Amino acid sequence: MSFWPYYGLQRGITTTAWPDGAEDSAGITPGRPCALQTGHAEEIAAACPTQALKAVSQAGRDGVAVDFSHCIHCQRCRHGDNALPWSTDFSWGAPSAAARPALESRFTRSLQVLYVDAGACGACVNEVRLIDAPPYNLHRLGIFVTATPRDADVLLVAGPITDAMRTAISKAYAAMPEPKRVMGMGTCAIHGGVFGESFACAGGLEKIVPVDLWLPGCPPPPLAIIHGLLSLVGRVTPAALEEQP
Amino acid sequence: MSIPKTLQEWLQSIPNLQMQKRSEQWLQLLCSAEQLPALTRHLMEEEEAEFATLLVEESADALSVHYLFYLPATGNLIELKVEAPAGTELPAISDTVHAADWHEREAWDLYGLRFSGHPFLGDFVLHDDDWPEGLDPMRRSFDGKHRPDLHGSGADWAPPRLLQEEGAMVFPVGPVWGDFNESGLWLLETPGEQIRYLHTRLFYKYRGVEKIAEGRTVDQGLLLAERFAGAAAFAHAWAYCQALEQIAACQIPTRAQQLRIVFAELERIRHHAANIAEIAGSTALSVAKALAQGIVEDLLRLSARLCGHRYFFGVLTPGGLREDLDEGKIKLLRQTLPELDQRMQQLEKHLEGSSSFLDRIEEMGTLSNELARIYGVVGPIARASGRSIDLRRHLPYGQYVFLSPDVPVEQEGDGYARLRIFFAESRISVKIILDLLPFMAEGPVQSPCPIQEGHALSWVEAPSGATFHWLRCTGDGTITRLRLGTPGFRNWHAFERAIEGAAFQDFPIILATWGLSIAENDR
Repeated sequence: MSFWPYYGLQRGITTTAWPDGAEDSAGITPGRPCALQTGHAEEIAAACPTQALKAVSQAGRDGVAVDFSHCIHCQRCRHGDNALPWSTDFSWGAPSAAARPALESRFTRSLQVLYVDAGACGACVNEVRLIDAPPYNLHRLGIFVTATPRDADVLLVAGPITDAMRTAISKAYAAMPEPKRVMGMGTCAIHGGVFGESFACAGGLEKIVPVDLWLPGCPPPPLAIIHGLLSLVGRVTPAALEEQP
Repeated sequence: MSIPKTLQEWLQSIPNLQMQKRSEQWLQLLCSAEQLPALTRHLMEEEEAEFATLLVEESADALSVHYLFYLPATGNLIELKVEAPAGTELPAISDTVHAADWHEREAWDLYGLRFSGHPFLGDFVLHDDDWPEGLDPMRRSFDGKHRPDLHGSGADWAPPRLLQEEGAMVFPVGPVWGDFNESGLWLLETPGEQIRYLHTRLFYKYRGVEKIAEGRTVDQGLLLAERFAGAAAFAHAWAYCQALEQIAACQIPTRAQQLRIVFAELERIRHHAANIAEIAGSTALSVAKALAQGIVEDLLRLSARLCGHRYFFGVLTPGGLREDLDEGKIKLLRQTLPELDQRMQQLEKHLEGSSSFLDRIEEMGTLSNELARIYGVVGPIARASGRSIDLRRHLPYGQYVFLSPDVPVEQEGDGYARLRIFFAESRISVKIILDLLPFMAEGPVQSPCPIQEGHALSWVEAPSGATFHWLRCTGDGTITRLRLGTPGFRNWHAFERAIEGAAFQDFPIILATWGLSIAENDR
């Protein structure tokens, strides 16, 4: 005979204090490169396989700018002689160019999310599955997952937007009641990531539906996903997609 | 490692069969289309060969079709190579090698290569409602950069339907369904309560990875190999690196070989723990799901602390590993893993004590030993159905040559057998890592792996089963063919057989006990 409630209580509370308190447990995020003033900007930028790092020159000072929408955490700029510093944050959600304002107050603690997989590799899916696991516990924030677009306030899409999923995404978006917001999750959703645009992938969610929030990362860790969802209701400050040295 | 004598003698008795030894282990047979059925039948029936994968390569005026087999008993690779000049048909081998069924459908969709005698060609990788007939995207003449402005039959497409009795209906599940699920369409045919027949329609997530890899550099190819199936990123990246290392005849330092095993086994434990969480979740056992998810999260954090990434992206490089694990990290691993293992064992004990849970997975989604053999399923699914097959033992690579890990086998082939296999394999993986750590070699973790022209077949026992990668590249490091023969592609083929006769509410449970990745199937 197994007493599940007891086994659950035995583990104690494992939920993060974030966003009310700080969260800096090791391994909670892969981190990402930081912009840096350096004389080796050209070399560093050339070694980036996804053109996420750009050599820039501002007011006579050279440096490396980071375009997070292209960064896939390949870690090549993390080690070696010209290593860039890497942050350990996870507040990555950034408004798109066509972002609508944050949802009004009645959504602040009652937000329904529909997740649509449009070619995600499995890492994004796995991270999304963890957002309502005890370490992150999405429900405490008043965010819920729904299986139907009719109930959804937010459309969360991961993957490079495969050909066969275009119609499904447009239909899901059309079936959602107003007001609604769209969040593109992962580098793939922004512009196709490593898959890019091809005969099989649209390479960017914006080509199918209007997008309000981009969540860069490959994959974005659970707290980054929660940060993105909270930005949509104005509960946290959104980040930017680029960082200048 | 040498080819069995009986097989050699039999092969020599066949007229006009060209034999070529590609290596001590690998025998290539250049045969004609007419010889193909007899050869495959002999390999399957007399030599108990396992089908590895089928791959097509395009040359100037013909398609070369490679049928790859291996002999688990002796560890040999047998490659049947057939030339198919433009417009010719090949005899379908899927009646003797049923595992090749989906491979033939795939080759027809992507290359326009027709297999005579195959009953179900069409609407597979490329959906008929979306993609026009006769446009074969893997052909060299097709520009894969953009979506052509051509369309399929659109709304005229109707799902296949077998059941004709009165009141029978097709119940569709997907492609957008449930909470956090991968996209796929399952058409459940039923006269009311019982599912009589399932039609699985996948490839909603087809990203054309094999096509878009062509023309990219081998370095960019590694990024693709890591990211097409993120839940088994390390396994696939490892197979890819092995192919490059084989082409360059590169020797990997011992320490790197050992660390690769550590990462691969960690990935296996995490993959299995995530499957266990889904199984518990599918039966609405939320505390068990939460406990399993806690283990998954802790394993992800451990991975990130060891190598910087929760899913091992950017860890592997041809020739070894990008970074070493220092003493502190080895110590962290040695301290964390036993505690996680204990939590897994406790979870298993509690699950086994929950009769209401066992009722829902016992005799559920059963794949008989006979069907498992016919479909040639791989990985935990095969081992839960009585097939003791594991590349780490039967075609050992890297340091597995010295390790020979235990291979757990269950006979029932039901959901409970698969659950036990997931637990048993995780336990064995923990043991492999902990046994290896005291014997870590000193030295570098990377040796130079120069880019050379050539091609190679490599394989890894990924968490979900055997994966075979075929890589061909030019001297300047451009990929001309990348074939990803994944375990997902093999096992999804057999999935519909496990559904027959189940009730509706069992569908998500059976799906969870199979724990198959669609990303890995769709590529």
